[in-house]
Amino acid sequence: MAHQISVFAENRPGRLRKVTGLLAEAGVNLRALTITGVEKYGVIKLLVDKPDLAYEALIAAGVPAKKQEVIAILIEDEPGSLYKALSALAERGVNIENAYGFLTHESDKAVFVFEVEDPKQTVELLREMGFKPLSDAEIAAL
Amino acid sequence: MFWDEEMETLPRDELKRLQVERLRQTLVRASRSPFYSRLFKRIKLDPEKVSSLDVLKDIPFTTKEDLRSNAPYGFLAVPKEEIIRVHSSSGTTGAATPILYTRSDIDRWADLVARCMYMTGVRKGDVFQNTMGYGLFTGGLGFHYGAEKLGVMVIPSGPGNSKRQIYLMRTFGTTVIHILPSYALRLLSTFEELGLDPKEDTQLRIAFIGAEPHTEEMRRRIEEAYGVDAYNSYGLSEMNGPGVAFECPHKNGMHVWEDSFILEVVDPETLEPVPEGEVGELVFTTLTREGMPIIRYRSRDLAAVYPDPCPCGRTHRRISRIMGRTDDMLIVKGVNIFPMQIEKVLMSIPEVGTDYQIVLERENYMDKLIVRVEINAKFFEGDVKGLERLRRRIIEELRSEIVVTPEVELLEPGSLPKAEGKAVRVIDRRG
Repeated sequence: MAHQISVFAENRPGRLRKVTGLLAEAGVNLRALTITGVEKYGVIKLLVDKPDLAYEALIAAGVPAKKQEVIAILIEDEPGSLYKALSALAERGVNIENAYGFLTHESDKAVFVFEVEDPKQTVELLREMGFKPLSDAEIAAL
Repeated sequence: MFWDEEMETLPRDELKRLQVERLRQTLVRASRSPFYSRLFKRIKLDPEKVSSLDVLKDIPFTTKEDLRSNAPYGFLAVPKEEIIRVHSSSGTTGAATPILYTRSDIDRWADLVARCMYMTGVRKGDVFQNTMGYGLFTGGLGFHYGAEKLGVMVIPSGPGNSKRQIYLMRTFGTTVIHILPSYALRLLSTFEELGLDPKEDTQLRIAFIGAEPHTEEMRRRIEEAYGVDAYNSYGLSEMNGPGVAFECPHKNGMHVWEDSFILEVVDPETLEPVPEGEVGELVFTTLTREGMPIIRYRSRDLAAVYPDPCPCGRTHRRISRIMGRTDDMLIVKGVNIFPMQIEKVLMSIPEVGTDYQIVLERENYMDKLIVRVEINAKFFEGDVKGLERLRRRIIEELRSEIVVTPEVELLEPGSLPKAEGKAVRVIDRRG
């Protein structure tokens, strides 16, 4: 399973800059990033090539951070592919809580990243359905 | 064990009789001062006829403002040539207010301080290093005279110059020290710098840590680092200075010397007495002072009286640590709130970090209370849901403590400015 790094940040100028600065210093490369903002603060979710390194660098700097399991699947970069994947999950009653996506360097592939309540069970389901959830190493290699 | 056994263990009813007699004498003396002679005429009080403490109810409180606006001699109750010393309050919240002492006042004050020190185990033969400021401030000279009265050797080192403090301690074998709690902790780094361990390399056994509010945790840290017993001390220049209340070896509350002061505890708003055991503003009346008797002085300090007797055998009631000052009180939407109430709630929630800030604003003529808290990074779960749950929990717990519903903002650890010394916790923008 893949891991993402969640970071607590106040909603004011310079906070995202600080986080990315720490990651740059640690030599961490970003794959994708999303921010959930709530009025005065937000949570930044980062998908990176070296999640352990990123997590340690942030914690060492006193930044509230958490390494979390997340599911990332490779899908075709074409109309209807995400719909197909989500339909299969919906039919099996899987609720998606947070999600984001990005394109890979290979022009015909995209990655869909999402959080669910029970990641282990969902990974099983996805395997049965023929999807292959990516590992940290596979994400790093993208 | 007792410096003045008879007085320290006087049965409560006798203590009360003594208070009535001394109150009468005090009021007679006070009536010779310009301020109280005017006041007693106005309220038609005949001090000679006083036969009960109930008379206090009919005498208005004396405030800092009264002292200030009648300075320097409006409270003087003896011919000026009888005065041999002047001290003053630190004047942190306005012009300093002078306190005038006769020779007898200085003697009695020294005796009370000696009583306090003796109570904690200080004896002739001890070496006492006084790192408090000498001068107008009462903390330095108050302890100095008390220690001399007790008969110990005094090193009047005064504050500052950490290396010299340690040099003096080691040269003269200091066993007892009077030190600000914050300075005691700072001094540890100088010990470390010199490669010394205060537990091994000094003979310290007792520390007096007053003049600055501090927590039980801070006391324990000082006791552990120095290998001493540390005692809390309370005083205010308007009531001489140190020696008003002091901890006994049980370290559970400070005995107020009720043969020398009448203590009342009142609600700072209604000015009515609070039920025994509840926190209120301490109000003091001098009972032996000649130069400048002060009746029902509002100290602005908040504390509670312990109603039960102390196992040490002293009959004088104890007060808790000072919980705050009435000057700190905030009125938000008509409700009285003390920052310590907010601190108490915040510090009981582990997900909350060490720093917080209270901001008051006015929006559409309505007060708004905003509590800004740094989160504890350890407890961050990685999502907004958990943070919002925490935010709502803080709001809920604060609301049940202070009645007002605050806004709560979550901040990153280290986000609030770190002040040198006392942090600025309250920002009132209501103008």
